[in-house]
Amino acid sequence: MTYSDSLDIRITDSSLRDGSHAQAHQFTEDDVRTIVRALDGAGVPVIEVTHGDGLGGSSFNYGFSHTDERVLLATAVETADRARIAALMLPGLGTKDDIRAIADIGVSVVRIATHCTEADISEQHFGLAREIGLETVGFLMMAHSQPPEVIAAQARIMVDAGCQCVYVVDSAGALVLEQTGDRVAAVCAEIGSQAQVGFHGHENLALGVANSIIAIRNGAVQIDACTRRFGAGAGNTPTEALVAVCDRLGIRTGIDTLAMFDVAEDVVLPIMEAEPTLSRLALIMGYAGVYSSFLRHAFRAAERYGVSGADILMECGRRRLVGGQEDQIIDIAASLAAARPTPVGG
Amino acid sequence: MDTVTAAIVGSGNIGTDLMYKLNRSELIDVRWMIGVDPASEGLARAAALGMAASAEGVDWLLAQSELPDLVFEATSAYVHVRNAPRYAEAGIRAIDLTPAARGPYVIPPVNLHTHLDQPNVNMVTCGGQATIPMVYAVSRIVPVPYAEIVATVASASAGPGTRQNIDEFTRTTARAVEVLGGAERGKAIIVLNPAEPPLIMQDTIFCAIPEDTDQAAIEESVDAVVAEVASYVPGYRLRQRPQFDPPAPRGPGYARVAVFIEVEGAGDYLPAYSGNLDIMTAAATKVGEEMARHMLAGRQVGAARGEAR
Repeated sequence: MTYSDSLDIRITDSSLRDGSHAQAHQFTEDDVRTIVRALDGAGVPVIEVTHGDGLGGSSFNYGFSHTDERVLLATAVETADRARIAALMLPGLGTKDDIRAIADIGVSVVRIATHCTEADISEQHFGLAREIGLETVGFLMMAHSQPPEVIAAQARIMVDAGCQCVYVVDSAGALVLEQTGDRVAAVCAEIGSQAQVGFHGHENLALGVANSIIAIRNGAVQIDACTRRFGAGAGNTPTEALVAVCDRLGIRTGIDTLAMFDVAEDVVLPIMEAEPTLSRLALIMGYAGVYSSFLRHAFRAAERYGVSGADILMECGRRRLVGGQEDQIIDIAASLAAARPTPVGG
Repeated sequence: MDTVTAAIVGSGNIGTDLMYKLNRSELIDVRWMIGVDPASEGLARAAALGMAASAEGVDWLLAQSELPDLVFEATSAYVHVRNAPRYAEAGIRAIDLTPAARGPYVIPPVNLHTHLDQPNVNMVTCGGQATIPMVYAVSRIVPVPYAEIVATVASASAGPGTRQNIDEFTRTTARAVEVLGGAERGKAIIVLNPAEPPLIMQDTIFCAIPEDTDQAAIEESVDAVVAEVASYVPGYRLRQRPQFDPPAPRGPGYARVAVFIEVEGAGDYLPAYSGNLDIMTAAATKVGEEMARHMLAGRQVGAARGEAR
C-alpha cells in the first residue's frame, strides 16, 4: 500500500510541536514563519505546530507557552503555500472548543492523542473533527507498553470514531525494530483499508530511522519526523536523514533531499536552544520506557531538589507513569530529597 | 429519629456505592433505587437491602403514590438535563452527581450551608471534589490569579460516563475552580493511567500566589482543610508537604504553591483505588445529610407552629 499515487509515504514534520518540548515552549511567530517557509519550500507535505503537549498545553504542569499557539498556528497557515498545517490535541487537556477554533484558523489536520489503552476518550473529538471537515489522525501513545493485539483493538476504536490514520506512537523511544513492525502490522491487519497507519518514533535508543523503515515495510504510509531531531527526549526521527534513506530505498516522499539537508543546517539549527542528544537521561527513558517529554522536567526537578535525574526517571518507569503526569515528577523528586540521609560531620 | 426519604437514580457503580453510604445515615431513609437495566447488579443489591428497585427509569419513580423528598442523580449529564425539570415539577430536591451543572455547585468545605434551600445542587466532578478544597485553602489566605488542577485516576475507575464526557469534566471542573475555589482563572486536566494494580486517585493542585506570601499560613490552611475533607472522606490525605517555588524565569511570572493529594476509597462497594468515585459519593452523602437536617428542622418549626395555633 502507498500513501497516494504520487507518494509512497507522507511525512509530517513535527519540529514545531514535538520540538516545542526541547524549546521549553518558547517558539515565536518569527520561528514559525522561518521554519514553515523552509520546510514548505523543501516539499514537506504536513507541518505540525502546537504546544508540545497539544492544544491547551500552556500550563504550570507542562510549561507556559511564550506565544499563544493559536497565533503560531495562524502564522503557519498564512506562511505555508503547499504544506498542510496540523495541530495536536489530547482529550482531558484540550477540548472540542479547541478543535473548532483551529478549524476556524485554517488548520487542515487534527491529530488526536490518547494513551494507547484509552482510545475511547477520543470518540467525541473525532466525531466533531470529521463533521467540520478536518483531516483526522489518531495517536496511540506509549505504544511500547502494550502488545500488538491491544494496540490493534484500540486502533479499531479510533477508526470507528472517525480517525483516518492511526499512528503507533513510540513516545518513550523504547520500541526496538521488530517490536515496531509487529505493532504496525497488527494495526494494518485490524483496520485494513478503512484507514491508514502511521508511525512516530523517538531517538532514545537511536532507532528513529530504522524503526520508521520497518514500520513502512509493515504497511505504515504516514511517518513523523523532526528536522535536526528537534523533539522531546533524545529527539525524534531526523527528517533530513529519513528523507535521504527513503530516497536511497526508492520510497517516494515528495521531499527534496538536498534541500532538506540545507533546511536542517541553515534554518532549523540556528533556532534551536540546544540540540537533543543521546544523553544518559535520554537513554534511561528509552531503556525504562519513560515518556520522552519528561526529560526537561526531570532535569529541572533534579536541579531544584538536588537529587539524581536518573533516579527520578527510573521511578517514573517503576510507577508506570503515562504522558501527562508531569506533576508526579515534582512529587518523586521531593520524596527522593526527603529520603536522602542527612549528611553528618565534615 | 425523624428522617427524610430519598431515591437514587442510576444503579451503576456510583449509585450503588452511594446506596451503601446513605444506608448508614440516620437522617436519610433511602427507599428507592432506579435503573434502566433489569440485570443491573446495583438493583439486585438494593432489592436485597429491602428497597424498592425498578429498572423502569424515572417514569416509574414519578408514577409512585409516595414520592421521595430527595433524589440523588447518578446517571449522566445528558440524562440529568432531561430529568431535572421533572424532579422540580414534582417538588423533589435533586443532588446531582453528574457534571450537568443545572444547580449551583457545592463543595462541602467551601459552601456546604449556602444552598440548603435550592431545588437542585450540583456536585461538580470527582476531580473538583478532590481539588477545589485545596484551591479554597490557598485563596482564603492570598489572592490566586490562576489555579490549575491535574487529576490522575486509574483507567479501571473511569467509567463510560467520564470517558464520553471528558470535555464536560474539564470544563465543569475549571469553572468550579474559579467559582468556588476562588481562583481568578481555572484550568483542569484529567489523566487516565492503566497501570496494574490500579493506582489510587492522585491530584495535584497548582496555585499562582504572590511572591512575598506567608508560606506557613498557607500550609496551616491546607492542613486544616485536608482534615475537614478527611472527616467525610477518610482516605483523603496529603502525599507531600506543599511545595513553594518562585516565578520561573520564562513564564507568566507567577510564584506558585503545589499541593499533592491522594484519595483512597472506603471500599463500600467500589475497590479502594477508586478514590475518585468514593469522594463523589461521600461528598453527596454529606450534602444530602445537611439538606435533610435543614428540612427536618423546618418541619419541627412547622409542627411547633401548628400546635400553637
